[in-house]
Amino acid sequence: MAQVLGRIADAHESASFTPSVAWLPMTSPASETRTLHGWGRTAPTVATVITPRTPEEVAAAVKAAGRRGIIARGLGRSYGDPAQNAGGTVLDMTGLARIHSIDADSGVVDLDAGVSLDTLMRQALPFGLWVPVLPGTRQVTIGGAIGADIHGKAHHVVGSFGNHVEAMTLVLADGSIRELTPEGPDAELFWATVGGMGLTGVIVRARLKLHHVETAYFKVDTEQIDNLAELMERQTRDDEKYAESVSWFDAVTTGEHFGRGLLTRANHATLADLTPKQRKNPLKFDAPQLLTVPDVFPPGMLNRVTGRLFSELWYRKSPTKLGAIQNITQFLHPLDIAGEWNRGYGPHGFLQYQFVVPPERGDVIRTVLERMTEAGQVSALNVLKRFGEGNRAPLSFPKPGWTLCVDIPIGPGLNELCEELDRIVLDAGGRHYLAKESRTTPEAIRRGYPRLEEWRAVRTAVDPAGVFASDLARRLELI
Amino acid sequence: MIDAVGNPQSILLLGGTSEIGLAAVEAFASDRPMRVVLAARPSQRLADAKARLEAKGCAVETVDFDAKALDTHTAIVDKAFAEGDVDVAIVAFGLLGDNEEAWTDTAKAVELAQVNYTAAVSVGVALGDRLKQQGHGSLVALSSVAGERARRSNFVYGSTKAGLDAFYTGLTEALRPFGVTVTVVRPGFVHTKMTEGLKPAPLSTTPEAVAEVIVHAVRTKQELVWAPAPLRFVMSALRHVPRPVFRRLPL
Repeated sequence: MAQVLGRIADAHESASFTPSVAWLPMTSPASETRTLHGWGRTAPTVATVITPRTPEEVAAAVKAAGRRGIIARGLGRSYGDPAQNAGGTVLDMTGLARIHSIDADSGVVDLDAGVSLDTLMRQALPFGLWVPVLPGTRQVTIGGAIGADIHGKAHHVVGSFGNHVEAMTLVLADGSIRELTPEGPDAELFWATVGGMGLTGVIVRARLKLHHVETAYFKVDTEQIDNLAELMERQTRDDEKYAESVSWFDAVTTGEHFGRGLLTRANHATLADLTPKQRKNPLKFDAPQLLTVPDVFPPGMLNRVTGRLFSELWYRKSPTKLGAIQNITQFLHPLDIAGEWNRGYGPHGFLQYQFVVPPERGDVIRTVLERMTEAGQVSALNVLKRFGEGNRAPLSFPKPGWTLCVDIPIGPGLNELCEELDRIVLDAGGRHYLAKESRTTPEAIRRGYPRLEEWRAVRTAVDPAGVFASDLARRLELI
Repeated sequence: MIDAVGNPQSILLLGGTSEIGLAAVEAFASDRPMRVVLAARPSQRLADAKARLEAKGCAVETVDFDAKALDTHTAIVDKAFAEGDVDVAIVAFGLLGDNEEAWTDTAKAVELAQVNYTAAVSVGVALGDRLKQQGHGSLVALSSVAGERARRSNFVYGSTKAGLDAFYTGLTEALRPFGVTVTVVRPGFVHTKMTEGLKPAPLSTTPEAVAEVIVHAVRTKQELVWAPAPLRFVMSALRHVPRPVFRRLPL
């Protein structure tokens, strides 16, 4: 039997799944009216925000939801509007933030949905456990990670977040609480919830299977590659040799160096790879946040001049170097070093355009970049990755092929450009990532997600009255 | 919902045959088709507008709306919201009237005040209530530079627009905590059926140009705009011109 090593104090644990006992003193959770927006700081709306502390409080809030419905919100890292609900109720899930147990032998963690990946990593690393799917930020809750079925640089090897969930506890529209497993009697509901953007119910707790690692460091190969074609060719050729792989490229430079970039790929470092000093504390969580960006930037900070400068510096900072040992921030989350970095885009906000196209349609990447350059749009953070196999979830974003992600500040001409990019992406058999999406049409989602109706049927069966609702769901007519 | 780049999915036009209002709806629809509710008295012009918008791919519904029938306003607004959220509501109905008639004939003066002010307040209250519950949305009211300073040639109309302007300016503040943006639009002289035969004032404009100002204001959440934009500075100066000089100006 597995030995449970790490157990974070949890007074509620044994009672968590049983209904509240009437004679216990009950205080109702905090509730306030707040303006909410996503990480892109666009399209704010107002909702009543409730911060529940227990699954029972979640169930009570769900049962009390009004005509405008209810939706769960984590740390607000989705770029658009999936975690807002204009005129309705929003559950701030960060109040449910206990790690109930960590089993160092099996790697299974039992935790609340409001725990962030950052907290989970900090707690799990001392046991030699690694969260297999990490997106570009650690400031994501477990509930959000499942709801958006997030992916990371390791997708080509480990798939997306839903693949590592052994069980989850869902509060349904009628206030009942159900445990779901990927292969159990409610498997359909499990997979509709993975990538379901919170619209099937509120995830309150989950059991995740983590990976074992010897160290918290990466052995990184960074390669400067001077054009897009080669950058893509290299990823196709030997990505399988690496546990993690991603490329950044410069979308500003034109001509023969168009799409020059950095290919960074890594494997987890073993003890033998570390320096004697690092070896003293190989599982050290080395991820500092050095500053918080103040909210003082005017619009237009990212323009052709600063975009070119940033691209040049980013390219130059990392000459080709094989086998370098890097810590978590250096390799995985360079942006997490600055808190609230989205403020740098100024008051009008920005959008992130992310799509995936099938492997044989790599040409779309180039077309999209050319259209962007022609339209005079500047994107400094351009991330390109080759996805591996997708999973069973009907609304899960990743599928085999190329995914490109660009950040663009909100400004004139952006609407027209994005509509054109939508057509190019959809005609190539691609689709958009709902966690990033903030402006497309219901039609684009219908085309990109052919299994939408299948998902809708599962959702309607458990939420016939449409209790779970969000701005995203209304905007894209998901419900 | 209004998306990240400012595209609405539904729009309600009160004064469904207003040229400026329709130009604004058409400008939004050209960027992306949407659900449109046109509230106006039935007429050929209304039917034509419906057909034009449908040709652009919009789902158009018409509602019988009479600005003077104050007790019907709440029900009409409720009906527009019953089919789903209203992302943008435009209050565009109004009468210009003949100033000489209006300031000498009680019935004419009261009619102008009722349509331009009382009815605008009445729908404003109903819209405010629904938008507040919705937690998002944009409300556009067509005011006029005529309301900024009363002129001898146009003061009855100007007084009604001054009232409307003050009401919606206040509503801007009242609805802001509920996630609703109210935009007061102050056009100058606009070439429309309403102003046909009148001598255009300087900086005169067209319904399409005003529509562009409205679309931009909604997309960027501006709360007070002039059409054309330079009128802002012209009016700012005119408001401070001494009366003896002001009355001699050819306005």
